[in-house]
Amino acid sequence: MAVTKPLTDTAPLAFRGRAFKALALAPRGPLPEWLAGLDAALARSPTLLDGRALILDVAECKPDGEALAALMADLAGRGIRVLGIEGAEPGLAAESLPPFLLAGRPVPNLDVVPVPEKPSPKSLTIEGSIRSGRSVVHHEGDVTVMGSVSSGAEVLAGGSIHVYGALRGRAIAGAARNPRARIYCRKFEPELLGIDRLVRTAEDLNPTLRGKPAQIWLDGGALRIAGLD
Amino acid sequence: MSKVLVVTSGKGGVGKTTTTAALGAALAQGGQSVVVVDFDVGLRNLDLVMGAERRVVYDLINVVNGDAKLPQALIRDKRLDTLHLLPASQTRDKDALTDAGVARVMEELREKFDWVICDSPAGIERGATLAMRHADVAVVVTNPEVSSVRDSDRIIGLLDAKTLRAEKGESMEKHLILTRYDPNRADRGDMLKTEDVLEILSIPLLAIIPESQEVLRASNVGCPVTLNNPLCAPARAYSDAARRLKGETIAMSVPSERRSFLDKLFLRRAA
Repeated sequence: MAVTKPLTDTAPLAFRGRAFKALALAPRGPLPEWLAGLDAALARSPTLLDGRALILDVAECKPDGEALAALMADLAGRGIRVLGIEGAEPGLAAESLPPFLLAGRPVPNLDVVPVPEKPSPKSLTIEGSIRSGRSVVHHEGDVTVMGSVSSGAEVLAGGSIHVYGALRGRAIAGAARNPRARIYCRKFEPELLGIDRLVRTAEDLNPTLRGKPAQIWLDGGALRIAGLD
Repeated sequence: MSKVLVVTSGKGGVGKTTTTAALGAALAQGGQSVVVVDFDVGLRNLDLVMGAERRVVYDLINVVNGDAKLPQALIRDKRLDTLHLLPASQTRDKDALTDAGVARVMEELREKFDWVICDSPAGIERGATLAMRHADVAVVVTNPEVSSVRDSDRIIGLLDAKTLRAEKGESMEKHLILTRYDPNRADRGDMLKTEDVLEILSIPLLAIIPESQEVLRASNVGCPVTLNNPLCAPARAYSDAARRLKGETIAMSVPSERRSFLDKLFLRRAA
């Protein structure tokens, strides 16, 4: 006997609740200055508003319909999309505007982690080798050398140093006070190694890794060297 | 098509002047017109090795300063019509070389000769950088020892940065001549291995010149080793190097003088 499901048997519609902490943008004072402040904050940390639920709180600036549309356009021009508007006159509601929200409760300020003000890391790649007497200084990020670093040459990097040939000269990584920088090389024969102001000469290095692939990192105030094989 | 070749090394005493004279004579023996130019102003030696020290009237500085015309300063070799020497001045120093003057002289030499071979002074200062400045090809002379190899490495870096060719973004042709190579010491492991030198410097090998009394003997009599005794091991190595510079392909061998009596006899006959 075939049991058929009646078509009318629909699952009951369930409304699930979900709470997000919304970030409220509340324009205050003269609008151009407030926008300039917003631009500066976004320039410092471009990801500041990414993934946030954004509410526009206009309770203080009380715009009329035209001003509100202009403000929305200003925000859209910066790639900022607003979920809802709070504190606006109910009569201003329009198709083109996000829904007007009510009953928002203040919560403590959101911790927006400010990104430290420093240029974004850029890596430097050097095709070929660094010959004796040449000094490559790159404070902004990693340095990758496709060839060798000769005896009498030096590489100083703000980030890590990668040498795909032999490291026979000096390599100082993490010069921008970065203790997490490392040095990697295919052939370990350095004259001097340094990470974040900690420096060791060839004299103090364990000779067992000589000529082998190795990595060097900082572990609790001491330089550690290990083979990569 | 004339070519300007610089013989350089960084370190002193590795055999730049010997190599300049030997390569110059070997190229000239092949029928091409060659001038060897001594850039070691103040410490000139090339005139002695070429045996022309008693014929020097005007020198490179005189020509650079316009005190003499180039043909007045050029000395034609007595043994080879195609070989010429432009000596350096012994009484002046390297500051007497001006950029514009050297450029003008090099241009003039280019028009006259197939090969312009510049004997660079040791070091990385003005004399050395001016000697390499106008070169199309560089021959880096290195002894199989660490100090010489490191200095050569530095010089190769300068060749890739400070020459006119490098500044125009063109590549600089570079060759390595390994001099004073002693097969006995190499066998014992007392010397850097050829492979190690090539790995560090990573430029193509042009020749390996064995350590030999013949080199000293030739410079004592004031004759390029390739002219003085063309059959000795260093002369053969230099002759091969000259032919490779002209684009010929010759198998690389390490000429040796450890020959049996029969070999010697055979070589004499063949010559």
